[in-house]
Amino acid sequence: MVSKEEKIKNETMKHHLILKVITKFMVGVIVLFGLYVQFHGDYSPGGGFQAGVIIAAAFILYGIVMGLENVQKVMPIWFAQKAAAVGVLVYALTGFFSIIFGFEFLNYHAISPEHPKHGQHYGIILVELGVGITVTFVMIAIYYSFAGRTPRLDDKEW
Amino acid sequence: MASEIKQGTLELVNHLPILQVITPMLIAPLLVVLNNKTLSWLLSFLGTLACLFISILLIQGVSDGSILTYYLGGWVPPIGIEYRIDAANAILLFLISIISVIVLIFSYSSLHAEIPEEKHTLFYSCFLLCLTGLLGVVATADIFNVFVFLEISSLSTYVLVAQGAYLDRRALSASFNYLIMGTIGATFFVIGIGYIYMATGSLNMMDIAERASQLGDNRTIQAGFAFIVVGMGLKLAMVPLHIWLPNAYTFAPTVVTCFLAATATKVALYVLIRFVFSVFNYEDNFVNELFFLLLMPLAVIAMIAASVIAIFKQNLKKLLAYSSLAQIGYMLLGLSLMSQKGLASSLVHMVNHGFTKAALFMSLGAFMLNTKNVYIKSLRGLGKSMPFTSAAFVIGGLSLIGVPGTAGFISKWLLLEATLETGYWLVAILIIASSLFAVIYIWKIIEVLYFSECSESYSEVSVLTLIPIWILALFCVFLGINTSLTVDVANMATEILFK
Repeated sequence: MVSKEEKIKNETMKHHLILKVITKFMVGVIVLFGLYVQFHGDYSPGGGFQAGVIIAAAFILYGIVMGLENVQKVMPIWFAQKAAAVGVLVYALTGFFSIIFGFEFLNYHAISPEHPKHGQHYGIILVELGVGITVTFVMIAIYYSFAGRTPRLDDKEW
Repeated sequence: MASEIKQGTLELVNHLPILQVITPMLIAPLLVVLNNKTLSWLLSFLGTLACLFISILLIQGVSDGSILTYYLGGWVPPIGIEYRIDAANAILLFLISIISVIVLIFSYSSLHAEIPEEKHTLFYSCFLLCLTGLLGVVATADIFNVFVFLEISSLSTYVLVAQGAYLDRRALSASFNYLIMGTIGATFFVIGIGYIYMATGSLNMMDIAERASQLGDNRTIQAGFAFIVVGMGLKLAMVPLHIWLPNAYTFAPTVVTCFLAATATKVALYVLIRFVFSVFNYEDNFVNELFFLLLMPLAVIAMIAASVIAIFKQNLKKLLAYSSLAQIGYMLLGLSLMSQKGLASSLVHMVNHGFTKAALFMSLGAFMLNTKNVYIKSLRGLGKSMPFTSAAFVIGGLSLIGVPGTAGFISKWLLLEATLETGYWLVAILIIASSLFAVIYIWKIIEVLYFSECSESYSEVSVLTLIPIWILALFCVFLGINTSLTVDVANMATEILFK
């Protein structure tokens, strides 16, 4: 006797060979593009929010095509939860760094007082990194919590 | 941006306005990373204690009438975000911080009864985020920043309310209702901000006030103001927009209900006050007419109707939730009088009612630890078996009615004075009528507690649960005798707002 979930899993895994091959190829490219948007955020359109969504899209694509169990082997639920918190910590600690060195909260001059312009540059990168990490893993966590529910109807019953 | 080399010159004491807001914000993600139940309670408790300490320092800092400002990231307003602490928000920062400390003491001994153990860490993290949001709304002087923090606090509030689902699944629909209504409110609010930005080109409160005064009678700004009043009306549960509040308060865990009832609606009201006095011109005809023709009747309806509905409620959490609506009516009434005394009474009532309602909800939570529900019939005879909790409930109830010697008396007296000063005799009579309704519903509970036969015998809750309840109850008495913290600060705040 095959359980309902397993049946759904087998149905989705059986065909779609092209999709699966292309997905395996695309995931890497999407993550790479995400990182490009992330690290160019300080002087061109982009930044943490956009990059986070793009990188999360790679994982979500993998999850849709390969099944939830497989993507959760790569990215466990607990990791997504904690990493989302780490992103906020990166942001907050960047701000606290300035306070410790006698500047205003999030004043990036503190990072390099001799070269304020460099300080601004590094500060933006750090903050965007925090934003990027949080957005990536929150998107993934949202996808997990919706995808983790067993559907009431499988494809055949529609 | 300053191009010359700048050395860090700020002392820790200069950072108080921002530390007030970011201390809980730093701890919230830390809890999730550490993921330890006991440690997360301890860290959140220490964090809120730090917040309380900072807020006391801030009150001291503004007690001579000065205003503390802080420029985020070193960017000078109107470009950068400015934090601005004066007497009006210092008193609210204090209220929010002290309630959060007391609520956390209560949660240590009672949370396990309402929320499964494995969710405690995430619960505390969410609680701290909510605290961050509320503190941020109050501290900031940038209207878009107000919106951002309002959403931080609201989103975490929806999650906190939904945690009641462990005991009662209806918490989920209550939370969903709140989510829909709250989001509509936030949308209205942000549209209002958009209109103001369109007309003035600025987001800093002081800057907007200056630019708007040059524009004169501007339809765009008036539309923006109307949107903001409706948006905040939803968040503060002004009467026709209150529909989310009774269920959200009833089905949320007691810890959350305590915290929200004492702080969340007050913060929304504070935003309204801040916009009326610091952003718009309170002498403007449009603002005055809006408050006189619209908000004052609504406030009076809230006072009377919500009190009458409360009398017939069997679920005590729901009864107190409706009574909260009536109390919000008092605060709105004080504001809509548009006089110094009226505003002062409104500010004082925010603080006094915060302590009173927190004491009442918290003692209900203590009853609930034993009885498992808060229907009026299950409280029979608890006055004998749980004497300390019942006594605290009675003190809170007296303060809610406004008996002399309690905090509620002070603020109701000020409100009566303010209405009589403005000459609204009928409104003054209605305030007294509403207080009499409060006597009825509080007496109904006291009668069940002390003058009915005990059906089952319970033992008194632990000392650790009693301590926070009695701190709040004693505050209800203390603020009724010593008014230097509330009335004096509120008077100073109104001086600043009315200048």
